[in-house]
Amino acid sequence: METATLPPPGEAAPPAETLRLQATKGFSRVLSPRELWRYRDLAFQIAARDVTVRYRQTALGAAWAILQPVGFMVVFSLFFGRVAGVSSDGLPYALFSLAALVPWTYFANTLLLGSESLVSNSALVAKIYFPRIFMPAGVLAAGFVDLGVSLVILFAIVLIYGIVPTVAVLMLPVLVLIMVAAGLGVTAGLSAVNVRYRDVRYVIPFAIQMWLFATPVAYPSSLIDEPWRTLTAINPMVGVVEGFRWATLGTADAPWALIGISAASALVLLVGGLAYFDRVERSFADYI
Amino acid sequence: MSDVAIQTAGLGKSYELGLSRRGYGTLRESLIETAKGSLGKLTRRGREREVGDTLWALHDLSLTIKRGEVVGLIGHNGAGKSTLLKILSRIVEPTVGYADVTGRTGSLLEVGTGFHPELTGRENVFLNGAILGMRRSEIRARFDEIVAFAEIERFLDTPVKRYSSGMSVRLAFAVAAHLEPEILLVDEVLAVGDAAFQRKSLGKMNEVAEAGRTVIFVSHNLAILQALCERGVLLERGQLLTDAPVDEAIDSYLRTLEKAADVDLLERTDRDSRGYDESLIRRVQIEDSAGGHPDTVVAGRSATIAIEVTEALPMTECRLTIHNSLGHPVATLDSEVSAPVDVRDPELGPRIECSLDSLQLLPGRYRIDVVLKGKRQIQDGLQAACFFDVEPGVLHERPTPISGADGDVVLPHVWRLPA
Repeated sequence: METATLPPPGEAAPPAETLRLQATKGFSRVLSPRELWRYRDLAFQIAARDVTVRYRQTALGAAWAILQPVGFMVVFSLFFGRVAGVSSDGLPYALFSLAALVPWTYFANTLLLGSESLVSNSALVAKIYFPRIFMPAGVLAAGFVDLGVSLVILFAIVLIYGIVPTVAVLMLPVLVLIMVAAGLGVTAGLSAVNVRYRDVRYVIPFAIQMWLFATPVAYPSSLIDEPWRTLTAINPMVGVVEGFRWATLGTADAPWALIGISAASALVLLVGGLAYFDRVERSFADYI
Repeated sequence: MSDVAIQTAGLGKSYELGLSRRGYGTLRESLIETAKGSLGKLTRRGREREVGDTLWALHDLSLTIKRGEVVGLIGHNGAGKSTLLKILSRIVEPTVGYADVTGRTGSLLEVGTGFHPELTGRENVFLNGAILGMRRSEIRARFDEIVAFAEIERFLDTPVKRYSSGMSVRLAFAVAAHLEPEILLVDEVLAVGDAAFQRKSLGKMNEVAEAGRTVIFVSHNLAILQALCERGVLLERGQLLTDAPVDEAIDSYLRTLEKAADVDLLERTDRDSRGYDESLIRRVQIEDSAGGHPDTVVAGRSATIAIEVTEALPMTECRLTIHNSLGHPVATLDSEVSAPVDVRDPELGPRIECSLDSLQLLPGRYRIDVVLKGKRQIQDGLQAACFFDVEPGVLHERPTPISGADGDVVLPHVWRLPA
């Protein structure tokens, strides 16, 4: 049959390339930049879907992005700030906790939704090929909308308190990057485990609670003695949370050590999570 | 540029038996499953199918498909058709061997996969298009065409959850049909929508095939395969049995069906994969009222189809589909479509009977496919559970035409003719 009958689809048809499908080994699929680029539109659509659906299904929509951290702020202020008298490094306790709750809420929500992302899209995973990493990654991307909204509120409250952010605010993107790296590593790993063992669903809410208390959200990390304080930054959220306080509230000392260790730890989580994801990705369709 | 679209060499996919069940779900679930005796299911199926602990869903398949060919994949349940499509569409990786695929591949999926009920028709077109591998610009370029094909212009900005099932089916098919890949994989999706839309879908498929695209079809509907494909590839137990012009391959398939009906039904491995297996189809037989040779019935006489099963489950239901010798469905008898004359008999035991007042089929050879349900679940399903011959007879006092008649069914009728 003549190939001339093939009409070019939309744009100029790229020359047909031959793809060899065979058993693959190693770190070959997840991070193949060509594959990710080829499916970039899908990545965008998935993230857009997650945002649209959530905002359409909830009566309060964007308000949730604010209500969650602000609600926690109120509760924490009452119990830890007033009743227990937890130190807040000389800052108003409400601000002190909100600056930490904004990144924490993003992290906790993406963990919760991201670990379910493959399972809740099982029909797609079982029937269509696409880079599977888009599912957990899409959750992290969709979370940016909420994060953005809550950051605006945070800065509004900061200004109301009469605090003018310093140049440290420029570090925020780096801190968000650390958080996203850790989040992607953890959610990729957990979502992959979830495909085989649905126990993950029950562990996650519990683990998030534990993680919250292991992170200096309600208390300052200065309560912990050195060298333990620096060591806790192995939990990447320690560096992120303390970094957020420093960057948004203009506290004097930059927690460079914490941020550095957390960044390294986030990188390890990212590589580890993606490596595991990559290893089991090829069997998702068999198990899901 | 070579004119080969797909070339596979020694392609094989194996599954570790048991693992897929045991590895899935929570610990608690697997405990309950064990208690229910579903391990029995594993061992039963395992015993029949496994080689060691490994099931080769596809084994040593070497196949070359040229550009522009329209190929039908034929075979029993579990013959490896879907596995092959899954490998070609990159959902699973082969265990051994390789497949070289030249050109963009698209799958026509079970309709509605990837639709999100909360999103509007418009949003779903873009989402689904992206899922199927379309670029955003391509979708935009074909958007109007897609919407027109689906006939949903008025509901574009309505969430899909408010669509009738017919509307969402049409929209899903429309998106997929406008995908225009160089290689199109179609798995059992054309039997959707109303008759008019089916015709339209078939027309679209024909168009795709005629535009020089490579199409691989999987369907149990042999009539569709015959109409659309030039070449038929018959798989059995993961291996290539026949690769020939489609009519020949279908003949060969129908012969394997006949052979399968000869063996003890409980030994069959090509059962409906959705089955829960708490009750299995043991024997299917049709007898006419005059007794005589089973599986040979005389047209016009009353007849009884008896289905023996291994277990009389609560809420047993049964669906029989009668196919003619070309493999085309002729009639469906479904107990779920109940009538006041139907009887539930506690004394009947593990047995189902379906009585026909008068067998209104033309002489010829027919087969019966059976789906058994119980406890609101599909329990078992077998294609070609029984073959039977209809002998010439008398229908409504009129002899059945012996030969030369078109169709499979005789309608009771009376003529008024000028004297």
